Amino acid sequence: MKPAPFDYDDPRSVDEAIGLLARYGDECKVLAGGQSLVPLMNFRLARPGRLVDINGIESLGQVKVENGRLLLGAMVRHAQVERSNDIAARWPLLHDAIVWVGHSQIRNRGTVGGSVAHADPAAELPCALAALDAKFHVLSRRGPRVLRWDQIFVSEFTTSLAPDELLTAIEVPPQDPSTGVAFVEFARRHGDFALGGAAVSITLARNGTCSDVAVALLSAGPRPVRAEEAERRLKGGQVDEAAIKQASAAAVQGLHPTSDLHGSREYRVKLLQVMTERALTKAVHLATRRAA
Amino acid sequence: MELHGIGASPLRKEDWPLLRGEGTFIADFKRPGMVHALVVRSPFAHARFRHIDGSAALQARGVIDLITAAELPDRGRPIPTRMFKDEAANRFLQKPLADGEVRYSGEPVALLIAESRYLAEDAAELLSIDYEPLEVVLDPDAGTVAGHLVVERGNIEAAFAQADEVIKEEFRIQRHAATPLETRGLVAEFDAGAQTLTVWGAAKIPHVNRRILAQLLGWEESRIRLVELHVGGGFGARGEFYPEDFLIPFGAMRVGRPVAWIEDREESLRAMNHSREQVHRVELALKADGTFLGLKDTFVNNTGAYVRTHGMTVPGLSISMLPGPYAWPAYRGEYHSVLTNKTPCGTYRSPGRFEVNFVRERLIDIAANRLGIDKVEIRRRNFIHEFPHDTGTLFDEHPVVYDSGDYSLLLDKALEAFDYSGLKRWRAQRSPDGFKRGLGIAFFVEKAGPAEREYARVELTDSGDVTVYTGTVSLGQGMETTLAQVCSTHLGLPFERVTVKHGDTAVIPEGMGSFGSRAAMMGGAAVMGAAVKLRRRLLERAAEELEAAPDDLVLTVDGIAVRGAPSRSVPLPSMSVEDRFVCELLGFPYGIHVAAVEVDTGTGAVGVHRYAVAYDIGRAINPVIVRGQIAGGFAQGLGGVLLEEFAFDANGQPLAASFMDYLLPTSEEVPDIDMLITEDAPSPHNPLGVKGAGEGGTAAVGGAIANAVADALGVEVTQLPLSPKRITELASA
Repeated sequence: MKPAPFDYDDPRSVDEAIGLLARYGDECKVLAGGQSLVPLMNFRLARPGRLVDINGIESLGQVKVENGRLLLGAMVRHAQVERSNDIAARWPLLHDAIVWVGHSQIRNRGTVGGSVAHADPAAELPCALAALDAKFHVLSRRGPRVLRWDQIFVSEFTTSLAPDELLTAIEVPPQDPSTGVAFVEFARRHGDFALGGAAVSITLARNGTCSDVAVALLSAGPRPVRAEEAERRLKGGQVDEAAIKQASAAAVQGLHPTSDLHGSREYRVKLLQVMTERALTKAVHLATRRAA
Repeated sequence: MELHGIGASPLRKEDWPLLRGEGTFIADFKRPGMVHALVVRSPFAHARFRHIDGSAALQARGVIDLITAAELPDRGRPIPTRMFKDEAANRFLQKPLADGEVRYSGEPVALLIAESRYLAEDAAELLSIDYEPLEVVLDPDAGTVAGHLVVERGNIEAAFAQADEVIKEEFRIQRHAATPLETRGLVAEFDAGAQTLTVWGAAKIPHVNRRILAQLLGWEESRIRLVELHVGGGFGARGEFYPEDFLIPFGAMRVGRPVAWIEDREESLRAMNHSREQVHRVELALKADGTFLGLKDTFVNNTGAYVRTHGMTVPGLSISMLPGPYAWPAYRGEYHSVLTNKTPCGTYRSPGRFEVNFVRERLIDIAANRLGIDKVEIRRRNFIHEFPHDTGTLFDEHPVVYDSGDYSLLLDKALEAFDYSGLKRWRAQRSPDGFKRGLGIAFFVEKAGPAEREYARVELTDSGDVTVYTGTVSLGQGMETTLAQVCSTHLGLPFERVTVKHGDTAVIPEGMGSFGSRAAMMGGAAVMGAAVKLRRRLLERAAEELEAAPDDLVLTVDGIAVRGAPSRSVPLPSMSVEDRFVCELLGFPYGIHVAAVEVDTGTGAVGVHRYAVAYDIGRAINPVIVRGQIAGGFAQGLGGVLLEEFAFDANGQPLAASFMDYLLPTSEEVPDIDMLITEDAPSPHNPLGVKGAGEGGTAAVGGAIANAVADALGVEVTQLPLSPKRITELASA
């Protein structure tokens, strides 16, 4: 469990980093928190020829709010998000998702950019960002790009980032303060990758009907899944127990999560339905309290 | 300074360096000029190979040596069994390196020695081995039989003929294992001038392993020294003699430099002994009133690719401990221990008992359900009452005769202490979360010792410092503290002045080590013997000088004085006394596990609402250490019931090859438990009355949790682990 030989650079600026990526391209792997990459390298499952370590780039470690939008630098640690009172108050779904990430040691080192770039369909942050309609700022020598969640996440461990591109920031739009949110997941142990989970954000009108809703599923496919059919059914209607059950059943229609040691496809589909139901119930409860 | 004798719970002597990060574990240990070994392991579960081409690897940077079977004496001599020997199984012993055929994924095929582990791993990629994959056998029912035994007592046919009810069931226990958090490791150094070998990193049984290593090298034992450092857990697996225990010293002799090998987690999970995998087909004959008439069990023990040092220990213990605490007019047990293309097996905390307690206690609940008898009552009705009780089975060559006990008394005490009636009320109430509630109980008999003999020496200096030398070793369980308490009590000098030394074959002439809950019992009795003798000699000698009766003397660190006349005293002399405790008989502690669970049928999660262990261990030398043993044992039992599984794909590739997939319970998963430790049935076989307390926390977790889950779901549970997938299937059955 020792990595294969590799070269190493530690640029001090974004410009220097994208210069290295432009020069070495495919050969490089960006090292952020290292919580997934380093174990993979130790197993020799990942064998990058060169690591571009962006831990020394201070500008990437900042949390900013601009025009009501949350901007998370790629090197912001999970723990920074977890401990931010502002995020807990204004983007509660992000807070609720982040506390499920690994253990505190992992959250101290792991970064939001690393989690997105690694694109593990069982990771909490990509799922929450899909529910929040986040945007992803990407930079290369060729210029900047801004991607939607469904543009950046391609499939398991695969993003649309080109080899010379660096993810620099994640942008989360403002949340309606009356929105009710819930992030629920089930793992065999606390801190493990979830066998299934759901992120829900729901806003109720004064008459109790659903004015806006987002349902994103965790470990449900090769990338985060938005349960669009469930959202469509909920929008505009009363959200009672029956509606939640129907929407949860609709959410898992056509899903093909992967079977593995810890859960078969059948088990995972059933679990995702239960998770959706529990997340919706919890979020609706909060939204009802907020609307009242 | 206090005596801190037997029954007290002083702070552990071993904790000072450990808590300050000053411990020396094997990976902390360095020798000048030390180089690093990598065990090259088979990527196939079964394959033939003709040739290992190491030419490129030998040219690689930093590589010093490559050792294959061709370089070993006799191409590698088989590693002998040390317990539960079975002559017929000797043709299946493992050799240090595979020679032409590999039989499990992870089997050692070569040893690479390089300047660093990194360079060794780089060079290993340059090895070329012409593997031709062969057919893989994983199913225990299809495995080659390595060992077979039938035990029969009473008239089993007659028992079943007169039964009102016969319960027949198949039970399966999944493969899991000890996985101590410190992986194995060795540093070996050869002194060419003196022609001696020193090996650091010994654990569990240093003297036994020195004998095996000497035998494999064809040497006198006296030329080899094994040294134990701090050990981060053993649980049965660590410290057995493995291929590496030969290869690393052998490598050090070849290269003439100290060689270190630190097992990484990935290899540890494939290389260290697995355990527990059994299939039982069992039948219980009862009368309508719940009286047991007979028990019949035929089981398969999947021992993996080779027969390792433990030989038939696990199936042997299973067959002898299945009867448990109940009086059986007739019993028939039969095992086949079979070979498959999986990692070879050995023991894991409460070996054989974790498995059979699950089988027997689950079977009894099924019978109680069938007959409509209360689950506590059916057990009580069938308890053994007369002691000693000869089960008619054997532990190795030793008869399994329960030494002492009062099972009904412990049951009464446990039901009261754990408020069993309150738990029944809780069980009857609806869970606010919509979870299903269940209550389970399981009774068990454990075993402790014997391993026949143990050595102790107690040395006193004239300044009042006491050193205890013991043939037992420390795996982290607190044995230094425990033995110091025994010494302090029987010598009559303060605990603080006692130091315990262990695990170095150059300092301790003989020893059987620590396993099978034997250290307190055998080591403790030997230390007591030496301490009693030393005190007697000190007092007799002083009595002569002081012209007083020995009974009138007071022994303190300042000297020996006549009671009431402190001026009439003599200083302490330096004196050393040895003793050996010999005992062919085992101790049989016993206990009860009670589990109250909530099952979330939506996710398949099993939540432990309350868990309690009652355990009669004869005598608790240090109650806090005993509680720690029970708590830790429970955590491992819980892992085995809910989480841990060494699964393989159809090609025999391990699917749980890291701690991401081999799920150990963490502090988040392990609840606090209630404990009741009693001392109602001391062992008559040793002067301390202790029975060993290391394994009772693990022994019946399978039985208790499975019974509670079955109670919650109203379906019969017959297979471990109780994974979310299995729970949801049971819930929808």
